Amino acid sequence: MSQIELNSTLIDVLQTQQRLDGAEELGSDDIGRKYLSFYIGGEMFASDILNVQEIRGWERPTALPNAPDYLLGVLNLRGTIVPVIDLRIRFGFTHWIYDKTTAIIILKTISESRERWMGCVVDTVSDVISCEDSSIKNLPSDGGTVDGLFIQGVMNVNQQGITLLNLENLLSLKLINHPFAGDLNIHG
Amino acid sequence: MTRILAVDDSTSMRQMVSFTLKTAGFDVVEAIDGVEALQAAKGQQFDVIISDVNMPNMDGITLVKEIRSLANYKFVPILMLTTESSSEKKQAGRAAGATGWIVKPFNPDQLLATVNKVVG
Amino acid sequence: MEIDLSQFHNVFFEESLEGLESMEQELLNLEDDADKESINTIFRVAHSIKGGSATFNFNEIADFTHILETLLDQMREGERNVTREIIDLLLRSVDSLRHMLVKLQQGEKVDNSYLQLLHAFEKILKNEDYTSKSTDAHEAKHATRSTHEAQSPAPQTALKNTRWCIQFCPKNYILQTGNEPYRMFRELKGLGHLDSHVNLLNVPDFDQLDPESCYLSWTLTLDAEVEESVIREVFEWVEDDCDLTITSIASDEKTSGECEDKNRQSSTERQSNKAPPHVTGDLASQSESFTDTEQAKESASDNASKLITVKSEEKVTGSVKAPAAASIRVGTDKIDTLIDQVGELVITQSMLGELGTKFDMSKLNALLAGLNELEQNTRQLQESVMRIRMLPIGFVFNRLPRMVRDLSKQLGKKVDLQISGEATELDKTVMEQIGDPLTHLVRNALDHGIESVDERLESGKSEEGQLSLNAFHQGGNIVIEIADDGRGIDPDRIIRHAVNKGLVEADTELSHEQILALVMEPGFSTAETVSDISGRGVGMDVVKRNINNLGGSVEIDSQQGEGTRFTIRLPLTLAILDGQLVKIADEVYVIPLVSIIESIAYSSVVVTRIAGNIPVVQSGKEYLPIINLCDEFAIKTSNQSGQKALLAIVEGENRKIAIHIDALLGQQQVVIKSLDNHYQAIQGISGATILGDGKVALILDIVGLARRAAKNHDAKRQVA
Repeated sequence: MSQIELNSTLIDVLQTQQRLDGAEELGSDDIGRKYLSFYIGGEMFASDILNVQEIRGWERPTALPNAPDYLLGVLNLRGTIVPVIDLRIRFGFTHWIYDKTTAIIILKTISESRERWMGCVVDTVSDVISCEDSSIKNLPSDGGTVDGLFIQGVMNVNQQGITLLNLENLLSLKLINHPFAGDLNIHG
Repeated sequence: MTRILAVDDSTSMRQMVSFTLKTAGFDVVEAIDGVEALQAAKGQQFDVIISDVNMPNMDGITLVKEIRSLANYKFVPILMLTTESSSEKKQAGRAAGATGWIVKPFNPDQLLATVNKVVG
Repeated sequence: MEIDLSQFHNVFFEESLEGLESMEQELLNLEDDADKESINTIFRVAHSIKGGSATFNFNEIADFTHILETLLDQMREGERNVTREIIDLLLRSVDSLRHMLVKLQQGEKVDNSYLQLLHAFEKILKNEDYTSKSTDAHEAKHATRSTHEAQSPAPQTALKNTRWCIQFCPKNYILQTGNEPYRMFRELKGLGHLDSHVNLLNVPDFDQLDPESCYLSWTLTLDAEVEESVIREVFEWVEDDCDLTITSIASDEKTSGECEDKNRQSSTERQSNKAPPHVTGDLASQSESFTDTEQAKESASDNASKLITVKSEEKVTGSVKAPAAASIRVGTDKIDTLIDQVGELVITQSMLGELGTKFDMSKLNALLAGLNELEQNTRQLQESVMRIRMLPIGFVFNRLPRMVRDLSKQLGKKVDLQISGEATELDKTVMEQIGDPLTHLVRNALDHGIESVDERLESGKSEEGQLSLNAFHQGGNIVIEIADDGRGIDPDRIIRHAVNKGLVEADTELSHEQILALVMEPGFSTAETVSDISGRGVGMDVVKRNINNLGGSVEIDSQQGEGTRFTIRLPLTLAILDGQLVKIADEVYVIPLVSIIESIAYSSVVVTRIAGNIPVVQSGKEYLPIINLCDEFAIKTSNQSGQKALLAIVEGENRKIAIHIDALLGQQQVVIKSLDNHYQAIQGISGATILGDGKVALILDIVGLARRAAKNHDAKRQVA
């Protein structure tokens, strides 16, 4: 990868981050809520911008023992240890690569008054978009397939269909099939 | 400037002595026991040494003996800090070569008066 | 000169309290073994406190410690034996002094409760019919506040003459004591007009002259209206090192010749004055006032003794509370690290500053690298600062041996207290709050856990009960275990009582753990055996609540007839571990240094397989299971081909295992980060850390891995 390519990727990351921050300041105005859009497996997805902590370039996480294949490991985020899942693998896509455009979006949820972060690997980050609630078609969250579990609905933006992610399920620890993890009885 | 070495394992006493002497214009170095004091004495020349008797690692009496064995400290005034009831300690100190004593407890003025006796 | 001594008060209080801690420890040691060093240390503590308290005018403490010092001086000179009674009194003195110092520290007045102990010591000193010198001197001091004045001889005659004839004949070696006749003359000059005549008779020939000796003597005439004692004081230091004669002359006699003659005979008399004259002098003149004060003391101490008996229980409780100090002692190594890191921060800042001055996009890379570096620096700095507040739990543990000793004596039981992990660090504020719950649990163990000697012997146990206190880090927690080998908790009794109290329904099925947990339920207390030391059940719920408030948890494990163990888990703001970094399959792991026994080359060992195809390696007389983490952790690696260079022999909970590693990397202190902030705990891993390059390294849970290996072994054995 050449220096220029690297630089431009990083510029993109920075600028997107900028817009991200700007969007948060504006909050939701009359043109609808803000979302961050990104590509996974060639398709466009989105997440509410309020759930986006930050965007990072690709960095190989430290592997965790006995982890499912989509749980790549953990990363250091300014002193905090954050788990990283690869959404391409999670969603069952067959091809994925790690290159200069690959990004890790740190998404956050609040459960039991605790804020939890998780890094999600995507092909590339796209843009900050607005969408009114009326343009979103919600899917039943208990949809039989794995996909249904992680999808909140479909957004219609500029004639394009963007899949809105259900973060509560996506980031749920219970739904991560990690043997030997969770509530441990330390005494054996 | 007259340089004084103050030796006492009690921090509060050391601080009091040091502060009093410094305020009076003396140059003061502190040591917490005989070992540190001997080291300091070898490192630079002091004009007066003031030392407590009861200290760990090396007590005051031994310190006096050690100091007197150094060529450049044969005639330097050494004052012992003693308690009023231990005349044997005073004797032992003198026998070891101490110049005189300051009786505990003492106040800053008494300290200065005694130090001035041996200075200049 | 006006010097405000109060600026030194706080240092005095702190150092005295510290000294008392060390004195207490040494006294406890002394009970087992009369060690000379211990006695010396104890003496020095008393001596220091006495000196300081007298200097800063804390008179009660000065008086009290003076008598302690007298007694201890006899003990260290071998003139008095160390007895149980004395140790007991000294321990109680420690409590009393602590009490007094804390009061003074808070700006309050000291009460008279110490007087009872003072009297007890006086009795001891008198009983042995030891030389009256020390006790007399003490009494004299007690009666008056004379300090420096006592040094000067009591006025012998009221004679005040205007002219004095002083014959000063110093011994040869006088200069070698650092004394200088000229200085003494200078002082005399300050009293009045001085005439001096030097006598050269004793000066030897030049070739026999020793430049370091003094061969001179002087006849001095002083015109001053002073008492003889004042003149004598000038020569006080060299009393024994000279022949000194002082006579007064009628002012009309002017010849110094006459001066000499008259004084020749009396010079020898002056030498016998060895003991400081002030001792006998003061006693005689002040015996009347002494008896008055003596009587006053008597009535005060009567009241005091009443105070003491009522307060004794409180004292046992109170003695373990570590006063929340407003200052911390910090090791200089922590400060040095802080300074280094600030230095690195400054470098990074200046580098970024430079980048910023003429920035263009081609420097973006460098900027990002710089920002990354900044993140590292800041994080490390933050960790270092937090580390400053980390103190070893030993500070809290240290209070317990004394309490155990006193309590076990009171209960008539024999207890052996073993403490380990005192160096385990935790945050200062957490430590201040864990003292009370810890105390309570230890007292509970002593009171209800450990049985009497008879009961123990009957059940085939050793007569001495075992009480152990242990602390260690696990993940982001500090674990404190309090275990005894006493009678354990009777689950049936607990259930019955809980049902009685309405805490559970009569026929509920409860697991062993659930039953034990009932002990800490609020409202649970076995009323029939509430002792005055620690009511059973009363306070246990408070203990649990206090620990929960700190964000921690407490568990009970108990087997009837065998013993009980309380396990307290507290989260840490910061946990530090000494770690050995190792490379296993492209990843860096951390093995706690304390668990490593050795590492051996893989090629040099013989690997055998035992039941169930478990590979083991022989180490000494044992066979240790070999753990391959790639298998254990299901890690895919490019390096599968068994290029394992080393085996690390580690130990957890007395179980040894051998772990395959590719390479040994450095050793360093790591900050333990928990995985459960944003993820969850994982078996085999006790935490994570961030390395110098910003990458995450997982910390292996050796205890867990060893347990798993043992389980596997058992399981496979059964199958085979």
